[in-house]
Amino acid sequence: MVGLIEKQNSYVSGFDGFRAARAGEPSWLRTLREEGMDRFSHLGFPTLDDEDWRFTNVEPIAQASFRLGARPVRSLDRQRLERCTLPGVGGAEIVFVDGWFAPALSSLGTLPRGVKIVDLTDCVRSGEGILRAHLGRYAAISKDAFIALNAAYMAVGALVYIPRAVVLEGAIHMLFISTTDSAGTMTHPRNVIVAEENSQAAVVESYVATGDEEYFTNAVTEVVAGENSVLDHYMIVRDSLRSFNVSTLRVEQQRNSNFTSHSALLGGGLVRNNVHPVLNGEGCQSLLNGLYLLSGRQHMDNFMLVEHAQPHCDSRQFYKGIIDDEGRAVFSGRIIVHKNAQKTDAKQTNMNLLLSDKAQIDTKPQLEIYADDVKCTHGATIGQIDADALFYLRSRGLSQEAARSLLIYAFAGESLERMKLEPVRKELEKLLVSRLPTAASLGRHS
Amino acid sequence: MLEIKNLHAEVDGHEILKGVDLMVRAGEVHSIMGPNGSGKSTLAQVLAGRETFTVTEGEVVYDGKNLLEIAPDERACEGVFMAFQYPVEIPGVGTSYFLRTALNAIRKYRGQEEVDAVDFLNLARERAKLVDLDERLLNRSVNEGFSGGEKKRNEIFQMAVLEPRLAVLDETDSGLDIDALKIVADGVNKMRSPDRAIIVVTHYQRLLNYIVPDFVHVLVDGRIVKSGGKELALELEETGYALMGENTAGTNRRPVAVGAP
Repeated sequence: MVGLIEKQNSYVSGFDGFRAARAGEPSWLRTLREEGMDRFSHLGFPTLDDEDWRFTNVEPIAQASFRLGARPVRSLDRQRLERCTLPGVGGAEIVFVDGWFAPALSSLGTLPRGVKIVDLTDCVRSGEGILRAHLGRYAAISKDAFIALNAAYMAVGALVYIPRAVVLEGAIHMLFISTTDSAGTMTHPRNVIVAEENSQAAVVESYVATGDEEYFTNAVTEVVAGENSVLDHYMIVRDSLRSFNVSTLRVEQQRNSNFTSHSALLGGGLVRNNVHPVLNGEGCQSLLNGLYLLSGRQHMDNFMLVEHAQPHCDSRQFYKGIIDDEGRAVFSGRIIVHKNAQKTDAKQTNMNLLLSDKAQIDTKPQLEIYADDVKCTHGATIGQIDADALFYLRSRGLSQEAARSLLIYAFAGESLERMKLEPVRKELEKLLVSRLPTAASLGRHS
Repeated sequence: MLEIKNLHAEVDGHEILKGVDLMVRAGEVHSIMGPNGSGKSTLAQVLAGRETFTVTEGEVVYDGKNLLEIAPDERACEGVFMAFQYPVEIPGVGTSYFLRTALNAIRKYRGQEEVDAVDFLNLARERAKLVDLDERLLNRSVNEGFSGGEKKRNEIFQMAVLEPRLAVLDETDSGLDIDALKIVADGVNKMRSPDRAIIVVTHYQRLLNYIVPDFVHVLVDGRIVKSGGKELALELEETGYALMGENTAGTNRRPVAVGAP
């Protein structure tokens, strides 16, 4: 597909300086970067003619010519940091500010033996074998310009490694903060999460802004869920309303692994979240639980690609959206069931609540089934607040706003209930309530 | 307490209520019976304030106030309660939470102190016993997965918690077996009080064996064509509604409030 070749020049030309500054990097990494930039130059940013980008226009990203940001001079103050963290998340927290690792703000305290949470740059410097073994192996650059661009410019992120049979208490929080210094800049976070055989862990990936700058985040997270591992992943986007956030979660599931990814898209001006699990072993379970809340003129695009590569795997997609004002949401749910993936059990549900006349949702299921003994269902609903339910609540004394808020909260409730990590769920409940018309009157919780 | 004068109401351009007159005093139990399509449910919903119905003529005076100008939630705060004929399921909204919020909205309106979660739970448990409602249902979403009987009992349970001054029961008996009917009737009877008026809208006479009304009104084709005491219900049981319809022309429009001074 011919992309906006003319327009992405600054992204291509900016690479020379970037590459020069990293002359000391190992050759395997330099190769990944070169291949990424080469591919990006060839592809260019996707246009609306690209089927996978039909409803999401990324020309503003091409036009804005974001540049790489300089290392922060001053440290983020405690107060601002507190607004970004998740109270009670336990475990460990690795913090990145404006595209740079902030060790002073991170707490990588006492981790069980063998567990690693290391900043990407430190990994490269120390020659961490695990990183080299997995980085770039799963997120393919061939057809994806954003993954390719990330491969070229990746310089920030975390390696999270859970050794065999380790059950991690407390979650790991990877926190990416964009401050007021982020205006006009871009970051390309690359995270690698490896959970070895029989391990169990929860990892939270947050993108939070302290201001309302215009910046571009292009993140790629590669996950390997080892045999019989249980891995819970949370993606929380609370970026500035003027920002662009494109993220790709590429998961490689091995036999009998149990992987769950919850996504909560709350902030960001233009958000595109790609989730691509490949069930590459028998008996895998995959659950994608998403919630997106739009207001103002936000645009959020959820792109799922679930690949059943082996038999006897179960996958579930439950995505719910609440769209207000002139928000525009997109949901594309693609499921590929490969020829030998017999006894696949795949289910996809997308439910949308429209709260205003101009709210929009484009929802599209796409099932490609090549095996002949499978169970695949998909369903989508688009509706407004149930008038009968609204009247029922009002007839008992609840005001119009209180009843409406309660019903909106109830709609999102199902998604939140699936989130087992209490600190995340509680924080999201709080954020949800604060966005409702009668936040005060909803005296949670009973 | 309630005076309905020449009430006309329509939905989708069709006139359903064609001049209803009714007077109800505190402490009284009135039954409104009638054939299907007569407007019974419409009357109940208009009193509750359902906006799909448009009042085209007439007035409804409740406690000296113009009820038709009061929003549905305010009517609830003023003490009006309707038990729905088809209670809707509301997934994601907990029964206990919803009812506590409702009770507190009403209490706040009346300048009373709000009830906290613990006190509410005790109150709820006590009232649930009135209609033999399983406590566990309180933890479920409103009406979700409730059987028909449980839904109807949930309505009376809510009535017991909110303690309205005017309760309108819209075909509370429809679809219930005799045992469930007795439980519901029992609950309603326990709610009888000199300060409370109850309007029982029903198609079948059977309920009135258990909730014995003070007055019975027959609604046919949008008008109350006959009023009487509880014997009227038995009479209808024998003869059916057909006679009422035929006699519309000759019957006085103004209902006779039997026994009223």
